[in-house]
Amino acid sequence: MTAVPADAPAPAPTVRRVRRPVAALVATGFLALVVLAAVFAPLLAPYAPDAVDLSSSLVGTGGEHLLGTDASGQDLLSRVLYGARTSLVAPVLLLALAAVIGVSLGTLAAWRGGWIDTFVSRLTDVMYAFPGLLFVVLIIAVFGTGVTTSVLGLGLAFAPTIAKYTRSVALAERAKPYIDAYRVQGMGGARICVRHLVPNLARSIAGYLVVLFGEALMSLATLSYLGFGTQPPSSDWGLMVQEGQSAIVQGALLPALVPGTAIAAVVVAFNVAGVHLADRLGTRR
Amino acid sequence: MLLDIDGLTVQLPGAARPLLADVSLRVAAGEVVGLVGESGSGKSTTAKAVLRVLPDDAAAHGRVTVAGADVLTMTGSALREHRARRVAMIHQNPRSALNPVHRVGDFLVERLLRTGDHDRRTARDRAVELLDRVGLNDPARRLRQYPHEMSGGMLQRVVIAGALAADPDLILADESTSALDVTTQAEILALLRDLGRRRETGMLFITHDLHLAAAYCDRVYVMYAGRIVEHRTGHSLFDHARHPYTRGLLDCSPELGISRPLRPIPGRPPSLADRADGCPFAARCPEAEPACETWTPRATELPDGGEAACRRLPEAAAATAGATARNNP
Amino acid sequence: MTTPQTPAAAQPLLVADGLRKTYHLPGKDTLVAANDVSFTLPTGGSIGIVGESGSGKTTVARMLVGLVRPDAGTVRVDGRDRTAGRRRGRGERLARAREIQMVFQDPYLSLDPRLTARQCLATSLSLHDAAGAQGRIEELLDRVGLGSREAAARPHEMSGGQQQRLAIARALAVNPRVLVLDEAVAALDVSIQSQILRLLVDIRQDTGLALVFISHDLAVVQHVTDETVVMRRGTVVEQGPTERLLTAPENAYTRALLAAVPRRGWDPAAAVRDRGAAPAGGRRSGKAQED
Repeated sequence: MTAVPADAPAPAPTVRRVRRPVAALVATGFLALVVLAAVFAPLLAPYAPDAVDLSSSLVGTGGEHLLGTDASGQDLLSRVLYGARTSLVAPVLLLALAAVIGVSLGTLAAWRGGWIDTFVSRLTDVMYAFPGLLFVVLIIAVFGTGVTTSVLGLGLAFAPTIAKYTRSVALAERAKPYIDAYRVQGMGGARICVRHLVPNLARSIAGYLVVLFGEALMSLATLSYLGFGTQPPSSDWGLMVQEGQSAIVQGALLPALVPGTAIAAVVVAFNVAGVHLADRLGTRR
Repeated sequence: MLLDIDGLTVQLPGAARPLLADVSLRVAAGEVVGLVGESGSGKSTTAKAVLRVLPDDAAAHGRVTVAGADVLTMTGSALREHRARRVAMIHQNPRSALNPVHRVGDFLVERLLRTGDHDRRTARDRAVELLDRVGLNDPARRLRQYPHEMSGGMLQRVVIAGALAADPDLILADESTSALDVTTQAEILALLRDLGRRRETGMLFITHDLHLAAAYCDRVYVMYAGRIVEHRTGHSLFDHARHPYTRGLLDCSPELGISRPLRPIPGRPPSLADRADGCPFAARCPEAEPACETWTPRATELPDGGEAACRRLPEAAAATAGATARNNP
Repeated sequence: MTTPQTPAAAQPLLVADGLRKTYHLPGKDTLVAANDVSFTLPTGGSIGIVGESGSGKTTVARMLVGLVRPDAGTVRVDGRDRTAGRRRGRGERLARAREIQMVFQDPYLSLDPRLTARQCLATSLSLHDAAGAQGRIEELLDRVGLGSREAAARPHEMSGGQQQRLAIARALAVNPRVLVLDEAVAALDVSIQSQILRLLVDIRQDTGLALVFISHDLAVVQHVTDETVVMRRGTVVEQGPTERLLTAPENAYTRALLAAVPRRGWDPAAAVRDRGAAPAGGRRSGKAQED
């Protein structure tokens, strides 16, 4: 991780002197590398991710295979690089779905109040009490396994959290007199929400979504690990951990350790960067 | 002199002008002295300098003494003693001074224990006495109440009782009645004046309201952009103000029962980012001349006992001429 | 001060009739924020509503502009019922907006932080389908004394006075006949406050805009209003021509309020003593006797 732009020139001389958020910078730099690796996986990966070579099964680290191979002799580095694609894109889709539902419900609850608010609040309370993963497993039991089902299911499971957060920030924003001013100007509720209220919440919701990203990635990996999510021959990290598990008995740690470390590192990096970002976005303005 | 600020200059790194520039101000025992200015004029910074709670990176020059003790060089226990016993501050919002989950009595007892003169039992008795002194009825019951059970005026009385706990020599009242209704403000002001008279406490009364300061204070200092621009007795302010800024403030403040058109001061007060090499008011002053923009303001004593820092005053011209004549015989 | 005597025969522009609003607090407590508040405002007139905190003056303002639905009573503009309450169509909402507008106490929070001054005005103009918007924006900015630099600025880049000028321009954008100002100068520095007051007096003279001026500051009210309503704990205790009310108040509470305003030769102790029999203001008096 040498490409962290720690000593890059500051974009603009800020008046406030802030302590350099080293941890957040390192985390952001690492995430940038992960994204680049996922994008350029075909160029970077020494092998095809599904190139089976039973002759070099469970090889350790070395010149041929930098991070070793799994039981089928597939190169772990290549698989992790390709796996970054599904492992990163799926949480983005999941959060996009959850954000659309959650922000709409949360804003509606905050704006209309009354029974709509009570209904949304009860719904989110129930979802809070009910384990999200169990909910998704139920959905998968009905609609079958696969990436699409897990993304949709988890999207529904994440929506209440976002709705609850949106409701609380929207309530505070709604109490500001500029909203009253637009009501006095004759603007309709829907237009106020879409053009003024929600855009002003965008920063804090974006910060919150980044914090949620780690959790989303983790949940998807868990589903894949349990066999409900992505199916072989995908290189999804959660699936790789599950596949690598059996090799541990044979004394080979790498097949489970490499994707597991990737998950942990990305989740931690997202949390560190996300918390910093949420603080920044929350305190500005 | 109880409080004596002499030539105090406070500079923040990166700011174009100092927070305070050459501020000199005195408060005698038993006196109520007003410090008036608009936001950003430096009036609160002056109070903070007296408690030495300036920003860490601020550079302060000049002298601040309270009852002879130099505040800016104080350290350790002397500074704690100074803040806990000699000087008390009353802020604008009493609710933010009190912990909402603690009873009013806890606040007062804690204050009293910090002075070191009391144990828990005597502190309680003293707290009852203090609440009685600030005019709250049934003080023993008040001790058990929470802040949300009291009105703003009552809470400000509690805060004043807390300020009196250590029997301070000097009270700094920073906009301490600005958030109150006018009738409550009158009650609190009457109380503060009465307490000051009885105990010979000095008070620096900081406000943005020139009429209030002129009507209430013995002497008033008017600040603008970190400088004292005028200083005179309260009752002479209404009719005998000399600095163009003071007169501008009077002309633009509506006065009850007197109907005259308002004459606003054009422009707005300078921020910390605005450089002012000469007189900071020159840009808004109806009487400014080009020379004002390079003239470093300095207080001129006036025949009526006041002081003003304006180049256009005849007295200032005479003083300058005199000084020039003496320098070039 | 400008006190254009309005002809007695003038048709009332704004009529508040028997406005009542009770808030239910947590527990069983209720707060009567407004109780049978009535007044009329002639075309081009200016009325002040004064009172201390908890007097209900802000609730009255919000009922006038339709933000709060009264429990009883009506608000009429030019004879048309404009009381808040039932759901309205877009056309009626906009028609009401073109009759009565409001300026709030906190200038920063009353502006959308993302919009520049020009965008802010364009939003209001397009809402009301105003033709020739560009010329109108410049005209409005000019009217309230905002230059081209402020026109491209967002609220956080403006001073409090500039923000309040923009809020006034936004209200004027829809050409209202009544402007309700709720403590609109209370948060501003004295020298800026007078600029805004002067602006309001000028606009009123030029356009015949009627003002409802809500304030705790009697001296300010004296400078901009012809009539004044004094409120205390939700009830109107006295109302009449501002001049008369300030020189010869009939109500004991009005007298106490006036006595508490600092001025030449004022003594707070005397103000408190003079109040004598008149109980202290504010809604707390049921809670405890302070003196």
